[in-house]
Amino acid sequence: MTVTPLGIPRRLLEFTVDGEPVRVPEGSTVLDGCRAAGKDVPTLCQGDTLRPRNACRVCVVEVEGSRTLVPACSRRAEPGMEVRTGTERARHSRKVVLELLASSVDLSTTPGAAEWIKEYEAKPDRFGPDAARLNEEPRVDNELYVRDYGKCVLCYKCVDACGEQWQNTFAIAVAGRGFDARIAVEHDAPLTDSACVYCGNCVEVCPTGALSFKSEFDMRAAGTWDESGQTETTTVCAYCGVGCNLTLHVQDNEIVKVTSPHDNPVTHGNLCIKGRFGYQHVQNRG
Amino acid sequence: MDLHFGDSKPTDEERAAVDALLGPPESSWEGADRTDADLRWARGGRAARDRRDLLLPGLHAINDRIGWISEGALGYLCRRLTVPPAEAYGVATFYAMFSLRPRPATVLHVCTDLACTAAGAGELCAGVEARLGPGSGVHVERAPCLGLCERAPAALAIRAGDPVRTAVAAPATIEAAVGAASGPDSAPEEPPAGRAVPQAGQEELLLLRRVGVVDPSSLDDYRAHGGYTALRRAFELGPAGVIREVTDSGLVGRGGAAFPTGRKWQATASQPDQPHYLVCNADESEPGTFKDRVLLEGDPFALVEAITIASYAISAHRALVYIRGEYPRALHRLRHAIEQARARGLLGDDILGQGYALDIEIRRGAGAYVCGEETALFNSIEGHRGEPRSKPPFPVEKGLFGRPTVENNVETLVNVLPVLEMGAPAYAAIGTGASTGPKLFCVSGSVERPGVYELPFGATLGELLRRAGVREGLRAVLLGGAAGGFVRPDELGLPLTFEGTREAGTTLGSGVVMAFDDTVPLPRLLLRIAEFFRDESCGQCVPCRVGTVRQEEALRRIVDRTGAGAAGDIALLREVGRAMRDASICGLGQTAWNAVESAIDRLGAYE
Repeated sequence: MTVTPLGIPRRLLEFTVDGEPVRVPEGSTVLDGCRAAGKDVPTLCQGDTLRPRNACRVCVVEVEGSRTLVPACSRRAEPGMEVRTGTERARHSRKVVLELLASSVDLSTTPGAAEWIKEYEAKPDRFGPDAARLNEEPRVDNELYVRDYGKCVLCYKCVDACGEQWQNTFAIAVAGRGFDARIAVEHDAPLTDSACVYCGNCVEVCPTGALSFKSEFDMRAAGTWDESGQTETTTVCAYCGVGCNLTLHVQDNEIVKVTSPHDNPVTHGNLCIKGRFGYQHVQNRG
Repeated sequence: MDLHFGDSKPTDEERAAVDALLGPPESSWEGADRTDADLRWARGGRAARDRRDLLLPGLHAINDRIGWISEGALGYLCRRLTVPPAEAYGVATFYAMFSLRPRPATVLHVCTDLACTAAGAGELCAGVEARLGPGSGVHVERAPCLGLCERAPAALAIRAGDPVRTAVAAPATIEAAVGAASGPDSAPEEPPAGRAVPQAGQEELLLLRRVGVVDPSSLDDYRAHGGYTALRRAFELGPAGVIREVTDSGLVGRGGAAFPTGRKWQATASQPDQPHYLVCNADESEPGTFKDRVLLEGDPFALVEAITIASYAISAHRALVYIRGEYPRALHRLRHAIEQARARGLLGDDILGQGYALDIEIRRGAGAYVCGEETALFNSIEGHRGEPRSKPPFPVEKGLFGRPTVENNVETLVNVLPVLEMGAPAYAAIGTGASTGPKLFCVSGSVERPGVYELPFGATLGELLRRAGVREGLRAVLLGGAAGGFVRPDELGLPLTFEGTREAGTTLGSGVVMAFDDTVPLPRLLLRIAEFFRDESCGQCVPCRVGTVRQEEALRRIVDRTGAGAAGDIALLREVGRAMRDASICGLGQTAWNAVESAIDRLGAYE
């Protein structure tokens, strides 16, 4: 029997998005309302399994009465709010934020980035050839996953997933300040000297590919990564009795990476090292 | 939480520094030698984690004793407080005054900000760096504003040890700065705080009346000059009565945002959630601002009394003062004042026999401008990175430790004393209708008598500058500091009120009035402002983190260009600036472009 959690019944509240009325349950965010109204508001640092950090600021919208723009991902919807998603002011900020990001980090593996840059007519090259960038070699210091700082937008999602929101390992944090801020373990040591337990839950939430599985990283480097040729099969992890869901990404009859469905009511996309990385025996054809 | 510690061990000195703050460790879980009992139960847990707010004082303890924070020392502190080392590393690297790499015990901070640059900080820096090269035992650091603008150029030497020693050289010659760094103990005494108040001793002063008049270390002298009459009046009125008086007085926050103080107090006092906190923001880091330093150094008991009144009004029993790390003398004086007040029953369990309990704690900043933002300051006190929180919820509802909190600037709090002493109507009669009371202005730059001036709201900019003895050849006046705006010499009729400056499209900010003559190259000044914001951006949100870098790059490109040569970059600056103002999380990013924009629009900086 499938049990569908119903939760506490919540009242609906009504506000307007671009002049059209929207009804969302109490406690929803402005973003929930925008999406319910079918408005496309881009997001980067917003995670479906994490509390909003509103760090990237691409989701900003105009709210009547607010001096500044408002991050849709974190602002609670209030009755009677007048939200406008497509004004010149909001679009300008999104465009500049995309330009600032794309001119400083590599967004080539960020889903949606290329389309947004096109849609908002962002021109990251306008800051000139000498614009500061995070040109760093990817750090490959373990067998399981790679940290490519050149792609990091500092969305804090990996830190939140590693820390109190999910894993409670606290292996990584934001260190430094301003443009020099970076995600690091203590003393910026190699991962192998840190508290990391290699659950890979940070990789699961990374929106830009700055964190990627070593398998994927190597295949991309070799030019053999072919997402369109992959199948995804969701199954149950066989290691212990918890029953986490695994989504096996298979290319050419080989498992190339393992993710987990975020809408799983128990694990919310989180796994441990065994479920995430312990699949080699499956393809051991001896 | 399963903490992982490396193999690095603290030295005896580092261990002693941490133990001096936290007491000796109780078990091997905290870093003591292992005993049989330790094997039977684990220590730590919630009780240890609840002391997370001691992380910043712990980092200070190590840095003060050794001069830098080693892996072993950080690991030991983390063990004592049950803090993950990665997080503690993130906190320690956030602050400019801490070093995670070995460095000499003495650090000489040479101010390179606006007033000091105009007074020759460039040559001073170059000269000092030439004299104190590698092997001199002194690490020279180019610092943001040290809050000593009335004595520019300024340098601050800090020598780690037990106890840590400091010396200020201002106005600094190369000789004086090198001397302060080589022998902080033998450096000449700083001039008394009253010297920063050209009006010292004058009858009409309200906020500065005791600065330069009383002995700042004597509680008796403070009482002899009218001290603690306002607190007695507060106890007569009761908490609700105090809030009513403050509301009726029209007092608004002096930190820059001008929020009505009474409303803030009322909103906090009426929160059912307990406990309530009062936080005094003495993290005065806006370039050009030094009024709070002068108040703290010259009349520290006034702040203690004002905090007591404010805490009483909002029923807080714990108050914290967050004072910037670059203010050693202010820290020392305030600490002394709190001890004296405690010893005499003016703080503690039963203040003046009224059954009201309050204690005041001091927390030191460690070099981060953004911590002056109210919610960043909470995070800093709580032992997290000083990153601003997103609002709502506002501090009156969820502030320090997630509890209802009033956060007020030093000057705002000190204003409460005259409000209670003279009564709300008399106070409200001072100034203009919308901006009531007296206001402190930090005048520096091209004037004969720089310092803190107290004038009722409504005096004009020209009047203030005349008092300060503005020099010939005035080119521009910066109001409100790096986050403020420039005005022209022909705008001296501007009334110095919140509404008057707003109408004129500029800001009063924290009361900075910095005069520049035509010898100062404006584009260099603007570049310095952009550098300041790039350095001080916390890095949390994209518009500010990358925007401040792009702005600095553009200003560097056009530093020697004008007209059509600069037009492209000015257009770029405007677009980025607009997004920063609209989409940044906090006031730092939102105002970072203000001064540069005003210089372009009002002064024609690149024409």
